[in-house]
Amino acid sequence: MQTLKDMAAYIGENYDLLLIYTGQHLLMVVCGVFLALIVGTLLGIVCARFKKAAPFILAIANIIQIIPSLALLAILMVYFGLGFYTVVAGLFLYSLLPIIRNTYVGLDQVDQSLIEAGHGIGMTYFQLLLKVQLPLAMPFIMAGLRIAAVIAVGVATIAPFVGGDGLGREIFSGINSRNDMRIFVGAIPASLLAIIADLVLGRMERKMKYTTKPKTS
Amino acid sequence: MIRFEKVYKRYADGFQALKDINLDLEAGKIHVFIGPSGCGKSTTMKHINRLITPTEGKVFIDGEDITAVNPVQLRRKIGYVIQNIGLFPHMTIAENVAVVPRLLKWDEIKIQNKVNELLSLVNLPPETYRNRFPGELSGGQQQRVGVIRALAAEPDIILMDEPFSALDPISREQLQDELTNLQENIQKTIVFVTHDMDEAIKIADNIVLMKAGEVIQVGTPEQILRHPANDFVKEFIGKKRLVEHRENTMFTNFDEGVPSVREVMIDKPVTAAPQRGLASSLNLMEQRRVDSLIVVDKHRKLLGYAPILNVLGHISDETKVLADVMQSFTFSVKPEDPFTAALEYMGQNNAPYVPVVNEENILVGAVTRGSIVRLMSEVYPVIEEVL
Repeated sequence: MQTLKDMAAYIGENYDLLLIYTGQHLLMVVCGVFLALIVGTLLGIVCARFKKAAPFILAIANIIQIIPSLALLAILMVYFGLGFYTVVAGLFLYSLLPIIRNTYVGLDQVDQSLIEAGHGIGMTYFQLLLKVQLPLAMPFIMAGLRIAAVIAVGVATIAPFVGGDGLGREIFSGINSRNDMRIFVGAIPASLLAIIADLVLGRMERKMKYTTKPKTS
Repeated sequence: MIRFEKVYKRYADGFQALKDINLDLEAGKIHVFIGPSGCGKSTTMKHINRLITPTEGKVFIDGEDITAVNPVQLRRKIGYVIQNIGLFPHMTIAENVAVVPRLLKWDEIKIQNKVNELLSLVNLPPETYRNRFPGELSGGQQQRVGVIRALAAEPDIILMDEPFSALDPISREQLQDELTNLQENIQKTIVFVTHDMDEAIKIADNIVLMKAGEVIQVGTPEQILRHPANDFVKEFIGKKRLVEHRENTMFTNFDEGVPSVREVMIDKPVTAAPQRGLASSLNLMEQRRVDSLIVVDKHRKLLGYAPILNVLGHISDETKVLADVMQSFTFSVKPEDPFTAALEYMGQNNAPYVPVVNEENILVGAVTRGSIVRLMSEVYPVIEEVL
């Protein structure tokens, strides 16, 4: 009970700092994932168009995903220096795999008869992509984005190791000062961010689904 | 209009899909490509909009070699309907129909008028259906939209690749009727691929019969039925149809004996189960316009019949079912009997029909007054001319 009271008091005193941390956290995640959405979708389209390139692209994205997050950020730090850009670059790389893979799968699962219909009525490759394939792959791409965002919120908590900001700062201060309460005050909002991202993107994903089967009545 | 000249198609794996296809398809007619699956009928059709290009030979539309035309421009001038309907599920019905006019950058008002006009044409009131999504429509309705999507940009040529084969039999017949009616108004050159001979005979002006990548016979349905080119064609048309086609000649001379009950009977008389309630029985009679129901058990064993007066007499008693009011038949015939046996009984007893049963007393049909009238009209087909 005492800790909860303390926590409330602490948050009351430092809410402005915590809000800034949360904002910084979000900014890193949004920048990293947004870049990954653009690049990943394009790479996914390349995978779907050139099936032979798909294994290579996916393998590279897989390897990036396997590198431990701390190690990846450390390597990036060598090139980008300390701070914001290193974290964004790391989150970008981490988000690539789910987005590429889901775009690829999403485009690939589009009913072949729709592609044939599109071709047959005189759509060019890009018209088919923009008007038919991408809209129909949207739920899949959104699912990939959702996975990427949840991972990114988590990974972003280790940003302070490479000079980044965000809620990780509060967690590390807590570790350094052996103050459990501060660890919680950093960890709980980070978890909440991940849950909210999951819920919001999940809802968007469901909105984009439509049935292709004839109604049975 | 559409001309194939010495078209060959070989695939990279060496498969010879088409051999020496030479065809002249006249404008404004329905040309049906038919044959067993894998015979190259779809492949041949897809040469017309360059979804497939020939290994050798040329295809001409209005005398113009189509390899000289940009394939995308070519396809926008040719309507295309596919078997799996291929409506875009994320677009409304109106958007689906408007796809090609939009690609052709038509004026928006013109597009909307066209969409409404076409929807009305196939009895889908625009105000109800415009903003629905394909998933909300039945299969038959979806394919109607598929057909009008092909018509939207007013093409002269429409390609249809087994468009009705995925539909239930009732929708299929309706759409076939609608297509032939539609064609009377629009007079397009339609190339229609099917493997269903009944469908071909029903809608075709010209049938192209194919087998193993070659054209076996080209002609009107009448020509093909009367003069099948070889045994393959005969087999493909099916003995039943050839016999049906010769029915006239068969019945005009009774040399072959009196027709059997099997030839005269209707094979789907109106039947009901003994547990059926009286009100619903009455309803069934109304729907099918009959005044009695043949009662059969679930193995179609003949139990009796329920005339409408018996049903009406007990209609107020909700506990009664058909089994309580039915009467048993005093007479029935076998399919092998001469139909005159049925005729004689009907004449003497003023019976409206006689049930036809096999050895196990299973109902296989009925000889009705209607079926006898039909037989008579076939025996005396030229009575009008005589008068």
